[in-house]
Amino acid sequence: MTTSLDMATADATVPAVAMSGITKRFPGVIANHDVDFEVAVGEVHALLGENGAGKSTLSNVLTGLYHPDGGEIRLAGEVVRIGSPREALARGIGMVHQHFRLVPTFTVAENVMLGHTGRFNRRAAEDRVAEIGEEHGLPVDPSAKIWQLSVGQQQRVEILKALERDARVLILDEPTAVLTPQEAEALFVTLRRMAAGGRSVIFISHKLDEVMAVSDRVTVLRDGTDVGVVEVATTSARDLARLMVGRDVVFNADDGQERASVDADRIVLRVRDLCAADNRGRPALNGVDLDLAAGEIVAVVGVSGNGQRELAEAICGTRRRTGGTVEVDGQPTSGRDPREMIAKGVSHVPEDRLHTGLSPSASIEENLVLKSYRRPPISAGPFVRRRAVRRNAETLIERFGVKTTGPTVSTRLLSGGNVQKVLLAREFSAAPKVLVAASPTRGLDVGAIETVRGLLLDASRSGTAVLLITEELDEALALADRVAVIYEGRIVGVVDRASADLTEIGLLMGGGRPPAEEL
Amino acid sequence: MLRLERRVDVPRWWTWAVPVASVLAAMVLGAVLIVSSGNDPLDVYRRIFESAVLGSGSLSGTVVAATPLLFTGLAAAAAFRMGVFNIGGEGQFIIGAIAGAGVALRFGESMGAGVIPLMIVAAAVAGALWAAIAGALRAWFKTNEIITSLMLNYIALNIGDYLIFNSESSWRLLEGSGRMFPQGKPIDTSAEWPFSHVGPVDFPFGFWLGVIIAIVVWVLYRRTRFGFEVKVIADSPSAATYAGMRARRTIVSVMALSGALAGIGGASDIGDTRHVFDPKGLRQSGYGYTGIVVAALARLNPVAVVPVALLMGGLNNAGRALQGRDFPAGLVGTLQGLILFCALGGEILARYRVRRVAKAVLAS
Ligand SMILES: Nc1ncnc2c1ncn2[C@@H]1O[C@H](COP(=O)(O)OP(=O)(O)OP(=O)(O)O)[C@@H](O)[C@H]1O
Ligand SMILES: [Mg+2]
Repeated sequence: MTTSLDMATADATVPAVAMSGITKRFPGVIANHDVDFEVAVGEVHALLGENGAGKSTLSNVLTGLYHPDGGEIRLAGEVVRIGSPREALARGIGMVHQHFRLVPTFTVAENVMLGHTGRFNRRAAEDRVAEIGEEHGLPVDPSAKIWQLSVGQQQRVEILKALERDARVLILDEPTAVLTPQEAEALFVTLRRMAAGGRSVIFISHKLDEVMAVSDRVTVLRDGTDVGVVEVATTSARDLARLMVGRDVVFNADDGQERASVDADRIVLRVRDLCAADNRGRPALNGVDLDLAAGEIVAVVGVSGNGQRELAEAICGTRRRTGGTVEVDGQPTSGRDPREMIAKGVSHVPEDRLHTGLSPSASIEENLVLKSYRRPPISAGPFVRRRAVRRNAETLIERFGVKTTGPTVSTRLLSGGNVQKVLLAREFSAAPKVLVAASPTRGLDVGAIETVRGLLLDASRSGTAVLLITEELDEALALADRVAVIYEGRIVGVVDRASADLTEIGLLMGGGRPPAEEL
Repeated sequence: MLRLERRVDVPRWWTWAVPVASVLAAMVLGAVLIVSSGNDPLDVYRRIFESAVLGSGSLSGTVVAATPLLFTGLAAAAAFRMGVFNIGGEGQFIIGAIAGAGVALRFGESMGAGVIPLMIVAAAVAGALWAAIAGALRAWFKTNEIITSLMLNYIALNIGDYLIFNSESSWRLLEGSGRMFPQGKPIDTSAEWPFSHVGPVDFPFGFWLGVIIAIVVWVLYRRTRFGFEVKVIADSPSAATYAGMRARRTIVSVMALSGALAGIGGASDIGDTRHVFDPKGLRQSGYGYTGIVVAALARLNPVAVVPVALLMGGLNNAGRALQGRDFPAGLVGTLQGLILFCALGGEILARYRVRRVAKAVLAS
C-alpha cells in the first residue's frame, strides 16, 4: 500500500498533519473558527478545551466525517481533500471514537477485519490480529466475542482496527473517560510506544494530569478558536487550565464548602441483601446492604465491572432484582417499574448517557421533561403544555450552562459534555430524595466538574441522599461522607471520610482482606 | 464505485421538497414506460388529469376514491411513526367493514341515521382488536408484526369470503338474485352515509370524518403525553424504559389505534359507497396496501395524508374511468408503484449522500 503518509517517515521535519484556517459552521454555531493545528511525526499531541470548544468537530473534519467550510489540510506536506472516514483511513488516519463502533456479536478478529473486501479467512485473520497486538503491546484474544470483553479491552480492539490498516495518525476522542486508572496507565504506555515508533497520536482529554503525563505538545481550543500551542515540558496544569478557560481556575473548591448536616435518624435509602444478574444472566450483585441517611453522600468505589452498574440499576428499577429489598423513606418498593422509583423521588444518572439517559433524536427541551412530562405543570390532562416545556428548558439551560443554540436542537448534536449537562440538569432539578449518580463528572471539563461537585453538595444540603458511584478515589474522598468499597457484587468495606486510608481502600478494591473491625 | 454516506445536516425545506420531487421523478419514469409502450405520454397524462380533475363529476369521483385511502393512509402513518410496521391495514379494513355492515344490517331499519355513529364505533373497535393481536404478540413475544399483521390479512379475507360465499350468514343476501349469485345484503337506505355538496363536488361523509380524524391524530402525536411517549419509544426504547414509560402498553395502543383507523375506513366503505359487504371488491381494491404508499409519501405526517390520499385517489379514479379504451392497461398501478419507489429512493437520497469512491482508495 502506498499512501501519502509513508513519505513522512523519510522527512521528520514535515508535520504529519497540518490543518490551517479550518472553519466549520453548523446552523447557528461556529464550531471551528480559523483553527490551525499541526501534529509532528512521532509525537503525542493533546487537544484540550472546554465542553463544546470544538475538539470533536476538528477531529471529525480530519477524518472526513465533516467537510470544512474553509481551510486546508496537508498530510505530510501534501494538500488533500478527505471525503469520508474510509478515505481518511486509506490515507493513514484512524480514529477511536468515544462511543465504540464494534459489532458485539462478532469476534475480535472479525471486527478488526470488518470493512475489508474479499474472503474472510478466520485462521489468517486471527493470526494477524494476534501478531499486531503483540507488536504494539495490546494483548487481546482474537477469537473472543466483543460482548465478552471489558470496556478497556474493547478500546484495544478499536486501536487494533486502526493499526491493522497501518494508521500513521491515530486520533483518540476522550479515550480515558471509559477506563479505570490502571487501564488508562496501560493505554498511555501504548500511546508512547506508538509515537516512539514514528506514528503520531492526537489525544483528546479534559484531564490535565493525563495530558501532562502522556503528551509532548498541547493545542488549546477555546470557543472554536485555537488559543495556543504549548510544550508540555515548559508548562503546568495550572497554566493549561488558565489557557483553556480564559481565567484562573480554583482547584478543589469544595474542600472549603460547608457540608450538609447528616440527619442520621432519617434513613431514606435502605438496601438489604440486594441481588441482581448482569446482562448475560450471571449473578453480579450478591447481597448488598447499604443505608443512606438524608443529606448524606455515600460513594461506592471499586474496579469497574464489580457490580456498580447493576447496583444502580437494581435500585432505580431498570434492572430486575433477583433478591433483597430496597426501601425509600421507609416505604418498600417492588422494583419492577422505573416509574415507581421516579414517583418515590429517586433520580438516576445512568452510565450510558446518550442512549439510556436521553432520547438522542429528541430536542433538548423534550429531554429535559423526559420524566416530568406526566405531571402538571408540564402537562395538563392528556396534553403536554409546550409553553411550560419551553420555560423549563430555558431556565435549566441557563442554570446549568448548557452550551447550545436553542432548546429545540436535537440532543444528539450537542458536544459530549453538554449532552451530559442536559441529563444532570434534569435529574438534579427534580429535587429528589435519593440521587443515584454513576460517574457524573466523567467527560466534563474542569469548570463543569466543579459545578457538578457543587451541585452534589447542594443536593445533599437540601436533604437528598446521594449514592455516588465512581472510579475516582479523589472524587469519592472529596465529596463523600462515607466510602463503600464494592468487590464482586458485595460491599466489602465501608470507611468514614475522616478515617479514610487510601492504601486500605486500594486493598479492599483489589479483593484483599479488610481488617476485621471495619466490616 | 458508489457509496452511501449519512448526511450530517439535512435542510428543513426538504421535508416537502423531497416528496414533490419524488412524484415528478415518478412521472418522468412513467413517461419513459408510456413511450416504450407506443403511446404519447403527454396525451396520457392529460387524459389522466382530465378524468381525475377537470371532467364533469371527476372531482367527486376522486374524493370518493380518496376516502378509503385516507383511512388506511392514516392507519399506516400512525403505526409507522413508532416504528411499528402494521402491514395489516387491509385486514383491519375488512374486519371494520364486516362490523360496520353487521351493525347497519341489524339496527339500520329501526334506528335510521342514528346507526351511523354506531357503525363507526363498532368498526373502530373491531379493527382495533384485530390489530391488537399483532401488537400484543410483538409487545410480549417479540414476534415480528410485519409477518403477523400480514397473516391476519389473509385470515380476514377468508372470513369475509366465508360470510358471503360459504355460509348463510346474516351478511349474505338470500333472496332474489342472491339465490343465483352469492352477494352481500344491502344495508337499509336510512343507514347510508350522507353526501354534502360544495360547489360542483360531492363529498362523502366519510371524507370529512377522515379529515377531522387526520387533525385529531396530528394533535395526538404532536401535543399529547401519548405522542411524546411514542416519539421517545421510537427513538430509544431504553431511554423510554428508564423514564418510566410503558413501552409494551404503548405498542399495543398504537397498533390498536392504527387498526381502529383502518376499521373506520371499512365502515365508510359500507356507508359511503358500496352499501353492501363485498369481500371480492375489497380484495381487488387493496386499500390497505395503497395506504402504506400514501403514508410513506406523506412522510408519516397525518395531515399530509389528506392531499396524498387525494393524489392517489385521483389516479385510481382516472384509471377506472379510462379503463379499456386505448389506455395502457395497468398504467395507473404502475404509476403508483413508481411513486412509492421514487418516494423511498428520495428518502434515502435525503438522508444519505452518494459518493463516488476511487478504486485505488477502496483497494487499500
Ligand atoms: N452536527 C452538529 N450540528 C450542530 N451543531 C453541532 C454539531 N456537532 C457539533 N455541534 C456544535 O459545535 C460545538 C462544538 O462541538 P464539539 O463536539 O466539537 O465540542 P467538544 O470540544 O468535542 O466538546 P466536549 O468536550 O463536550 O465533547 C458545540 O456547540 C456543538 O453543539
Ligand atoms: Mg467531544
